[in-house]
Amino acid sequence: MSDIFLTVLLTLDATVRVSTPLILAAMAGLFAERSGVVDIGLEGKMLASAFAAASVAAVVGSPWAGLGVAVIVSCALAMLHGFATITHRGDQIVSGMAINILVGGLTIILGLAWFHQGGLTPALNNDSRFLSITLPYAEQLAYIPVLGPIYKELISGHNILVYLAFAVVPMVWWVVFRTRFGLRLRAVGENPTAVDTAGLSVIKLRYKALLVGGVLCGVAGAYIATAHNAQFTRDMTAGQGYIALAALIFGKWRPLTVMLACLLFGFLDALAVRLQGVIIPGIGEIPVQFIEATPYLLTVILLAGFIGRAIPPKASGMAYVKER
Amino acid sequence: MNLIMTDTFAIELTDIDKRFGAVHANNKVCLQVKRGNIHGIVGENGAGKSTLMSILYGFYQADAGKIDVLGQAYTFTDTHQAIAAGIGMVHQHFMLVENFTVLENVILGSEGGALLANGLAAARKELTRLGDEYGLKVDLDATIDALSVGLQQRVEILKALYKGAKILILDEPTGVLTPQETDELFRIFAALKQQGVTIMLITHKLREIMSITDQVSVMRAGKMVAHRDTKDTSREELAELMVGRKVLLQVDKKPVDVRAPLMKVKRLTVSDNQGIDRLKDVSFELRAGEVLGVAGVSGNGQTELLEALSGIVQMTSGSIEVLGFKMDRKHPLTPDRLRELGLAHVPEDRHRMGLITDFSASESALLGYHSDPKINTGIWLSNRKVEANCQELMKAFDVRPADPHLKSANFSGGNQQKLILAREMERNPEVLLIGQPTRGVDIGAIEFIHQRIIDMRDAGKAVLLVSVELDEIMSVSDRIIVLCDGEITGRIDAADADERTLGMMMANALDPIDPLQTMDDQHASSKRASSQET
Amino acid sequence: MNRDTRITWINRLLLPLLNILTAFAVTAVVFWLIDVNPIEAAEVLLYGAFGYEEGIGYTIYYTTNFIFTGLAVAVAFHAGLFNIGGEGQAYVGGLGAGLAILFLDPTLGAWVFIPASIIGALVFGGLWALIPAYLQAYRGSHIVITTIMFNFLAASLMVYVMVHVLRETGQMTPQSELFPTNSWMPFVHDVAAGLGYSIEASPLNLSVLLALVCAVLVWFFLWQTRWGYAIRATGKNGTAAVYGGIKPKRIIIVVMCISGALAGLVSINELVGYQHRLIMDFHLGYGFGGIAVALMGRNHPLGIIVAALLFGTLYQGGAELAFEMSGISRDIVVVMQGLVILFCGALEYMYRPWLIRHLAPVDQQQETAGVTA
Repeated sequence: MSDIFLTVLLTLDATVRVSTPLILAAMAGLFAERSGVVDIGLEGKMLASAFAAASVAAVVGSPWAGLGVAVIVSCALAMLHGFATITHRGDQIVSGMAINILVGGLTIILGLAWFHQGGLTPALNNDSRFLSITLPYAEQLAYIPVLGPIYKELISGHNILVYLAFAVVPMVWWVVFRTRFGLRLRAVGENPTAVDTAGLSVIKLRYKALLVGGVLCGVAGAYIATAHNAQFTRDMTAGQGYIALAALIFGKWRPLTVMLACLLFGFLDALAVRLQGVIIPGIGEIPVQFIEATPYLLTVILLAGFIGRAIPPKASGMAYVKER
Repeated sequence: MNLIMTDTFAIELTDIDKRFGAVHANNKVCLQVKRGNIHGIVGENGAGKSTLMSILYGFYQADAGKIDVLGQAYTFTDTHQAIAAGIGMVHQHFMLVENFTVLENVILGSEGGALLANGLAAARKELTRLGDEYGLKVDLDATIDALSVGLQQRVEILKALYKGAKILILDEPTGVLTPQETDELFRIFAALKQQGVTIMLITHKLREIMSITDQVSVMRAGKMVAHRDTKDTSREELAELMVGRKVLLQVDKKPVDVRAPLMKVKRLTVSDNQGIDRLKDVSFELRAGEVLGVAGVSGNGQTELLEALSGIVQMTSGSIEVLGFKMDRKHPLTPDRLRELGLAHVPEDRHRMGLITDFSASESALLGYHSDPKINTGIWLSNRKVEANCQELMKAFDVRPADPHLKSANFSGGNQQKLILAREMERNPEVLLIGQPTRGVDIGAIEFIHQRIIDMRDAGKAVLLVSVELDEIMSVSDRIIVLCDGEITGRIDAADADERTLGMMMANALDPIDPLQTMDDQHASSKRASSQET
Repeated sequence: MNRDTRITWINRLLLPLLNILTAFAVTAVVFWLIDVNPIEAAEVLLYGAFGYEEGIGYTIYYTTNFIFTGLAVAVAFHAGLFNIGGEGQAYVGGLGAGLAILFLDPTLGAWVFIPASIIGALVFGGLWALIPAYLQAYRGSHIVITTIMFNFLAASLMVYVMVHVLRETGQMTPQSELFPTNSWMPFVHDVAAGLGYSIEASPLNLSVLLALVCAVLVWFFLWQTRWGYAIRATGKNGTAAVYGGIKPKRIIIVVMCISGALAGLVSINELVGYQHRLIMDFHLGYGFGGIAVALMGRNHPLGIIVAALLFGTLYQGGAELAFEMSGISRDIVVVMQGLVILFCGALEYMYRPWLIRHLAPVDQQQETAGVTA
């Protein structure tokens, strides 16, 4: 009985760790899409931030420095996306893909030139990474049946960025639904002309939304490279930026449901990893390629809309043009 | 504090000039609006009225000229400043966020603080006060998409007043209202005027100008051409000033020669994506040799009617018999199939549907007929033949410039419409559906288009004419049905129709009509009713 | 030259040219950032691409791939769809070609094998695009995300197939056995030798002719048939297309299948024409490169051929660069792809207002408000 319990707990523990970058990226996408800008570039921003964080942490020796630079890099890319799509009204998907492809190549080129390790950044020692934090009394409380292990394994023992990610969700909810900025943000995504005639700047609002997204992606990327792993490797984001978008659609652009969607993805991913090497009666061992394919398969299945169609903000994907 | 001068103008515009590329939208325009007046600005589509108001509202910046509001000179670089100066604008297309509540829409931009809670409470108090003072009552917590168009407009007015407007500009406010809702709006104007609010009314509806305004200014082709005190002028004079020549407001036509019904619509119901019925249980017949006009304020099911009849949208229930074939929900007919059968459709919105603005004229002239065996040889769609087809159409309907290579977007509204009409009419269809044929079209082209519709009718074709312009309906149609809220609320011969009767039908103010009753039955029963009265 | 003609020249020539030059300029900056002299790099690159016969052969060989994927992306763009799944469709196309070859009798002639492998590549490439297309048309699933997911799925699928199903017996590397010689697409240097000309050996094979034929077919299809008209109408204005009797769901499916099929043909060039077996990762980079090529070539087959040549040059030149200079890898070409997509796609109109204001200004004397009836 307690074996299964422990397995479940460890799977949930892995879920939390795997979902963290998804949650951060999805929140970033939420701000952008709510303001009417589609951000396919989450993947590229995360990858660039991962590279920046790993590089700086390796050179300076501090994960916080890495985080700081990662955020700056991600924001710069967000501004580039804004420049192309808001100021020059370029196609939002093309712009996002351009950034993703560009970052994919640039991270390797720069990594090669700076570290001569075939595109990898130097492996980080513990001082340069975000390490697990043991919450107070975790060991002592572990003896309490059920709640103790939950506290020790599931809640305690994550690094600070994980706690940050989960704390961000209610903050995002509050900003979007309870503040002036949030009201204007949602208005811009539904009817930008109404916002314009109210005397507000559509352009500024959208840039601000992208900036917030940039910060969140920066944290996500830094997490991947300096918390979850200990260096940057080629294409290490492995599609998480796109999966975060799928979670955003699946969660209908509301912070709480999006977080749940990310957790779902993370859970299924963690579950699949657990099943690696396990023999299923009648089928045999699941091929490792199938395990690897699970998150992508899941994304497609969930996007196929078996849970009903999702209606995005009305002005999503359209550049704002003052009508003549 | 200066003494309030009674002859300070609310608005004074001096030599306002604005170009958009090659178009001289406002050409040294001067305007003086007296305080507390209701001032009308009339002009045709494209005369420059909306541009002028957008400059006044800070949406655009004039290239040259002065703006004085209540005696103070201003240069508005954005709408924020105009709002602060006391100008409020109610646009033709509402500037509302559909899934926000009335309260949220009103405070957008004037939230009164970074946190919403306080702003919402303050707004609620103020809006209730305004509602009482001017008779502008609205449920503050309703979402916009649940409100009628008339109420939505009320929200727009409340929004302007909440932001402290002393001068209210309304751009074509009655286009979406029934005559009765319009009366209600004018009552609100009177209440506002009493409180000293200055109102500027932009419209092309001369009857309204005559009934409600104190003064009127006329714009034509970017210039301000006349100012009048309303009591000293007339509809005819204003129309002439708007257009520059005497205008024919009626169409001459032969008496109607009606033959067999080519289309029978039986209990047609069409619902939208949200499951709301936009067209309810509609039944009528369309006969060869007649023009059946469908009157009604925009948004009462006309679009759904046209789209269901042309196969673009699937009906929810009911049936349509057209040219010998029956279509219903289980057996839909697609637009291309209907075209094959001899049905043509001129859509209401030429930019959204009627042509493809990025295509050349010859490619737009092909839309819907690109599979025509006369233009295709096997798998090859010959460009030469496509162009020749376009040239024929352009010649037949005097489309200018007669250049098939020119991008569709570069033609004027009237010429675009003529190209579409040519495309649909020259195929010699048996049934022709037309939506808003003269929207945004200049007067000369309007006359041409009306004549062509009559020609088709004289040639024995069946024409369904959907229009929001009552003048057009009354002069071109032989019979008229009126749509209100998706139902037919009136059937009448054009000869017996007048604005008042149609207006009441549009507001559904007459006795309910049995949807299965035919025209003749109704005629008989109304004759009986009137004979019983005497 | 009147204003309208000027504007056409600006749109069709100057603007794309400026965009590409900007992409090049930024690449030069990247070179500078990694301590490489951009001029030197350009020299090495151009030498690698055109300086020697074998290099030219490689350049055109890579160009062939880009023509296929460029056409694939362009066809989808004309319908208003963004096919980012070229990577996966090219990969899975290889499975189709490979299966067709491996399951046919090795004694059959090339006249059977080559058409069979082409059909195999077309069908499998098309099928890989079919599911995302169906999901977009009938379930509204965002085709961009699904095609990207299918890229990842293709990778997993192909690895599985090459490791567990088709692996050459006794080999450690995941790859299939060698294709029978009758199934090989002839190398150009072999054909030339047969005609009496001697040129250096290179992977360049007759697939390049297939690519050019496809370009002509795509041009004809899009601009000289009623189906092409329907596709282009859908891409420009979906509502008008429905009004015109065009069925949008059908268009999405048909267009994506054609697009996937074209991408699948990359495998003919790579596997049937050069590697002669099914190998891993032969497709890498061509799918995304196709996006850059389509954007640069403005979705027209002629422009695509030119753009494909440019990218073929970069690919081969990039290989030479990576070979000559230790600090650079071929990923520099990926950087260029990204920059081209950025400047020719997202920032396509960045220079336009400036160009129009200075080269085709509005003449204040002429006021053309459109000719009225």
